[in-house]
Amino acid sequence: MEAIGLGLVLQMEPLGQGLVYGLAAIGPGIGLGIMVGKAIEAMARQPEAAGMVRTTMFIGIAIIEALALLGFVLAFVVGGGG
Amino acid sequence: MRLLNTTVAAAGYGDPWKLPPVSELFEMPPLPFTESWQLFGFELAISRTILIIFFTVLVAMVFFGLAFRSPKIVPNKLQAMAESVVAFVRDQVAIEIIGPQGTRFVPVLLTMFVFVLLNNLAKITPFIMLPPTARISIPLFLALIAWFIYIGVGMKEQGPLTYFKEIAFPPGVPKPVYLILTPIELVSSLILRPFTLAIRLFANMVAGHILVVITLITIHAFLVLGPGLPVGIFALVLSPLVFGFEFFIICLQAYIFTMLTAVYISASLQGAH
Repeated sequence: MEAIGLGLVLQMEPLGQGLVYGLAAIGPGIGLGIMVGKAIEAMARQPEAAGMVRTTMFIGIAIIEALALLGFVLAFVVGGGG
Repeated sequence: MRLLNTTVAAAGYGDPWKLPPVSELFEMPPLPFTESWQLFGFELAISRTILIIFFTVLVAMVFFGLAFRSPKIVPNKLQAMAESVVAFVRDQVAIEIIGPQGTRFVPVLLTMFVFVLLNNLAKITPFIMLPPTARISIPLFLALIAWFIYIGVGMKEQGPLTYFKEIAFPPGVPKPVYLILTPIELVSSLILRPFTLAIRLFANMVAGHILVVITLITIHAFLVLGPGLPVGIFALVLSPLVFGFEFFIICLQAYIFTMLTAVYISASLQGAH
């Protein structure tokens, strides 16, 4: 019984690897879309502030993308790098 | 480099070409003659990562040493270049975020910025192609330095007990909310901040390293060793885009690391609102 269970776990390992990154990319994707959309709106409303808005947008992108990339790296850790 | 050698060796001996596992990217064998060096029981063997850091720090020391050896009021070109880097960290990061007291922290922030930037640049430098910041120990240690700095500054500015009390119990909140708020605030301020600082840099560099290496391996394998020409040409056309994108990410991550350290220092200096 336990051998069958272990076999199932080992067979589904690539599935787990794919799921880790796939699920991790949903949140940051939505968040980035909202943030960049708001930045474009702000730059369209007030073109003089475009430089400051752009700088803050890049800072926001780097912080949000950290979560998605953490999922990408963890996919390799979970799968043992295979 | 080991990845490429394995591929070339396998094809050279007539074996069918197979992509080696990605875990080979993460194995760093030490230099042969340093394999058994030890210091109080800790391994001191010099591996490729440490060699790249030596080289990077040497480049930085030579650049700044030559630029500021005999500083003049009207700078020559090398001094102007080095001054623009220092002025960038001082004006855009330290003074803008921390305020007038920021000039105290410019040496630390400048060192972090130059160290992270030059080590990240090794990711797209030919013949090196490995950012040392893609090994977790280096961003972790830099984040630990930033952690000690902002806790130390906070304890010195506001007294040790007051500083922790103001992190744990932010003012202006009704009493029962403190049950939920205090653990969240403590964990987020004291534990999560250095970890996310380190992991942000580490994950960006690891992902970029894998991307760059896989693009180059695809070009070499599909164009030179022969399976499919269209895939090789596609990868060849794509590689400047990958390199350009990675260069942008490198500069952005170095700036973000320095700027977030400055933000945490300024939060410690200002204390409660």
